[in-house]
Amino acid sequence: MAKKLAVEWGACIGRVTGVLVIVAGILLAAALCTAGQQPANPVPSIFEPHSTPADSILRLSNFVLTITVLIFGVVATLLSYATVKFRSKAGDAQHEPAQVYGSTQIELAWTVIPILIVVVLFLATARVIHAIQDAPKPVAAVEVTAIGHQFWWEYRYPALGIVTANELHIPVSDPNHPSPTFLKLLSADTDHSFWVPQLAGKTDLIPNRINETWVDPHRTGLFLGQCAQYCGTQHAKMLLRVSVETPEAFQVWVNAQKQPAIQDEKEAAGKRVFETTACVNCHAVGGTNATGRFGPDLTHLMSRSTIAAGAAENTKENLRLWIQNPDAIKPGSLMPAMQLTDADLDALVRYLETLK
Amino acid sequence: MSSDAMAIQAAESAGRPWVETLHEWITTVDHKRLGILYIVFALVFLVIGGVEATLMRIQLMRPHNDFVSPQVFNRLFTMHGTTMIFFVAMPVLFGFANYLVPLMIGARDMAFPRLNAFSFWLTAFGGILLYFSFVGGSGLYGAGNAPDVGWWAYAPLTARAFSPGNSSDYWTIAVLVSGFGSIGTSINIIATIFSMRCPGMKLSRMPLLAWLNLVMSGMVLIAITPLSAAQIMLLVDRYLGGHFFDTQAGGSAAIWMHFFWIFGHPEVYVLIIPCFAFMSEIIPVFSRKPIFGYPVMVGATVCIGFVSMSVWAHHMFSIGMSSYSNAFFTLTSMVVGVPTGIKIFNWLGTMWGGKLIFKTPMLFCIGFLFQFLIAGLTGIMLAVSPFDWQLSGSYFVVAHFHYVIVGGILFALFAAFYYWFPKMTGRMLNESLGKLHFWLFLIGFHMTFDVMHIPGILGMPRRIYTYEPGRGWDTMNLIVTIGTFIQGIAILVFVANLIYSFFKGPKAGNDPWDAWTLEWSASSPPPEYNFPAIPTVASRRPLWDLKHPEDPDGRYE
Amino acid sequence: MSTITTPIAQAPEAWSLPYRGKVAMACLIIAESAIFTIFVVAYLFYVGKSLTGPTPREVLETPIFYTICLLSSSFTIHFASRFLERGNRAVFLGLWLLTIVLGGLFLFGTGQEWHRLIYEHGLTISTNLFGTTYYSLVGLHATHVTVGLLMLGIVLLFGLAGRVGPEQSARVEVLSMYWHFVDAVWVVVFTVVYVVGR
Repeated sequence: MAKKLAVEWGACIGRVTGVLVIVAGILLAAALCTAGQQPANPVPSIFEPHSTPADSILRLSNFVLTITVLIFGVVATLLSYATVKFRSKAGDAQHEPAQVYGSTQIELAWTVIPILIVVVLFLATARVIHAIQDAPKPVAAVEVTAIGHQFWWEYRYPALGIVTANELHIPVSDPNHPSPTFLKLLSADTDHSFWVPQLAGKTDLIPNRINETWVDPHRTGLFLGQCAQYCGTQHAKMLLRVSVETPEAFQVWVNAQKQPAIQDEKEAAGKRVFETTACVNCHAVGGTNATGRFGPDLTHLMSRSTIAAGAAENTKENLRLWIQNPDAIKPGSLMPAMQLTDADLDALVRYLETLK
Repeated sequence: MSSDAMAIQAAESAGRPWVETLHEWITTVDHKRLGILYIVFALVFLVIGGVEATLMRIQLMRPHNDFVSPQVFNRLFTMHGTTMIFFVAMPVLFGFANYLVPLMIGARDMAFPRLNAFSFWLTAFGGILLYFSFVGGSGLYGAGNAPDVGWWAYAPLTARAFSPGNSSDYWTIAVLVSGFGSIGTSINIIATIFSMRCPGMKLSRMPLLAWLNLVMSGMVLIAITPLSAAQIMLLVDRYLGGHFFDTQAGGSAAIWMHFFWIFGHPEVYVLIIPCFAFMSEIIPVFSRKPIFGYPVMVGATVCIGFVSMSVWAHHMFSIGMSSYSNAFFTLTSMVVGVPTGIKIFNWLGTMWGGKLIFKTPMLFCIGFLFQFLIAGLTGIMLAVSPFDWQLSGSYFVVAHFHYVIVGGILFALFAAFYYWFPKMTGRMLNESLGKLHFWLFLIGFHMTFDVMHIPGILGMPRRIYTYEPGRGWDTMNLIVTIGTFIQGIAILVFVANLIYSFFKGPKAGNDPWDAWTLEWSASSPPPEYNFPAIPTVASRRPLWDLKHPEDPDGRYE
Repeated sequence: MSTITTPIAQAPEAWSLPYRGKVAMACLIIAESAIFTIFVVAYLFYVGKSLTGPTPREVLETPIFYTICLLSSSFTIHFASRFLERGNRAVFLGLWLLTIVLGGLFLFGTGQEWHRLIYEHGLTISTNLFGTTYYSLVGLHATHVTVGLLMLGIVLLFGLAGRVGPEQSARVEVLSMYWHFVDAVWVVVFTVVYVVGR
């Protein structure tokens, strides 16, 4: 009886295992298929670099990957071979196998070979570390100070006198006449990390410490990333958008950003709401008495395509919702619900929409 | 209390009032009972930590999911990490060490039985304190309950300004207290091994399990204490207005990172070395050969112990250290791979030419070898600091260290459970359920953690409660979540097996696996004082000598 | 195979193992050293980084006398345990008491210095980074001295009751190891705080 049960159990386990293996296979295949499709937004994959640091990291990574895959191939083959070849056979259980206690030659071999591999890997790595970290700053470099806040990014261009938030604009860098962007990374509160995988590896923003990183994008376009160091409740929605533009387009953007805010007399009511409520405690609008620095600078709010550090598109509805109830878009963000009447809210949104 | 604790008590209390049994277990100083208490305590927390993981995976099943709020999610991953490291992995390994080390070196108990009990209860109270934060954490501030600072508790998130209320204090004190417990137990293990060995049990004859636990305990002494020191500083900051990690007063956030990882990285080896110990005991028995290269295994372990003390900053490649520091820590981190590789090769050498018997413990060992190999290789990738600038803080890292902790440590632990359960309870675990458990868990594990590497490569950071659609992460995360459920089912099979076999399993006898170390000469379970007469040994495999008097082991040492 | 008996080979050769108390105390000392190392590293890391005064140069006075007290107590406890080993209880008790007095003096010195710093110079643990690191490091050491004094006191009480004889000398030796460690730590703390840190 017990034996029969065991046999049934065995069969049952076999069947369950088979089904599970098939299911897992199907799911994996499905995953690989969807991974192959071109998704609507660019995938911030480290395997599609468009900037020198990311590029040289990828070349090193491919080298390391090749070596590790080779090691895996050799060791896994030996393990599999041993597992299959040396299984005990029925009827052979009486005798113990030859008792082998070790071998100095073999031990030496499998100590020396890994050491050699380590030396090779280390030398390859040290070169890339030096190339990226100790890269000289060319005179044509654009300098940006990025300041991490809970839970948004402040960007200052000290040489250009621009302050903006969340969407970084930088010029494309021609490999023949490089104009890389050097970012000085600071934090206003907790630790953050600046990570746009297609441009460079991550560097942390740590309070009371100055870090640096640089990128030199080789093509224009929008590059995505997000904060990669846990920084508090809304770490997840502290998104990074880097817009790489042609030098001409970048200059146009710079000129527009240098202007003070547009004063549209038609929206004086909304402006009054802005200036008489708590908005001015945290936000600045160039050319007005709003000079707060806890929140993003709103001088050219409408030049940005998203609000709340990329959490929502910059539309009229979203702006209204964000002012009325920030938790609906980004629960835990430090933006308070403004408790405005509907009329004030509409006027305020209309005013914000003039900040082009 | 977990089911098998109740099972143990149920069986014990037949004919006796349960209060008396309970009293006996609470006041016990017997190393075997304390070992079982440690293990049961860890199993309870394993289930709790597993539930937390499952909740997080449900939240991450699809983009913009709203199964839990960001606040709850942050508490979940903080509690999951803290629980799994400090209240599952550490206690369960200490449990096995407590149970096995005296038996394997022919001692009747640990060197300090009362210190042993004290250390266990410190750890237990630490765990209870951590979870009491759900009740008491908000303090007077209404500032949320359980800690939500991540298990590294990076400064300045733990400062009063960012973490009002008491939740961070619960984290700090719970871990501090359990750390003292760990130090106590480690001192005890070392003293036991140095001062309690039976006659003839020279250090060069000790079973590898004892050797590796000796190295592990030594590492605990110098690895856990930096964390304790840093936590004392954090308490000074939070309660006495100190400025150790106060960036407003000139303090440094980076120094906490250093202190934490000076603990944090050796801690990984503190957890994996006892698992190497399980491998080194189980693989030889099921290959029917002695361990290949015993002195090399000991040397490699000691080497890992030392080198792993100098690799901590590879967790911090992205904080902007100088290129020289980055290069140094790249080198040390790669070097620690060499002795680890030697260990894998020696287990391979042990299997080579043997007669492999694929009982459940051996299956888990084979799984361990393959998975630990992969975990080690992804570790080499992460040691390459430029590669790490891309991978650190991403899901690739999460996949990597779960490969170590689940694919390595947990698989080794399951092997140990199947191997020593007969010794601890006197009954065999069911083989069919064991194999079902193994295959289910293997499939679930690979679905979850193989796939989890990919979103990391595609730019998905860790510790985010939700993510944007369309970045190539969606399907991966769904598969990962499904794998989690398969692992959950496998764990249920395991628990069912524990309970079923405790009552109905076939009697084990003293030596069900035809093994060679001293614990198999005691009855199952062993009597209170382990050995009626203190044994004397003349080789590394005393029971081999008994079984093969014509060819004793000692002449090959 | 289930009838394996406990292996008992031929009569064992001479088999002696170290005393477990000493092994455990050595381990504890290693662990404590790691704790102190971290505090020392923090102290050195923050030397000169305080944003406000007072600075160590302005307010610290080198406690030469109390340092001599603590260091000489290492000799007295060493000879105390030697005399106990030889069975000379009276000398043991005398030296033991002297050790406690010297340790107590040291602790008094620390208290006096803290009193001066707090009330004359307004330096508390929350004043600046120097205050935080100084009180933590010196306080951690003073805590260890206090614990040591309590243990020494317990042995003294047992000794006065005539319950400490040569058969306890191994245990007394363990306590003496701890006391030596506390002294050695003071040498480091002294160097760091009063020599390097200024």
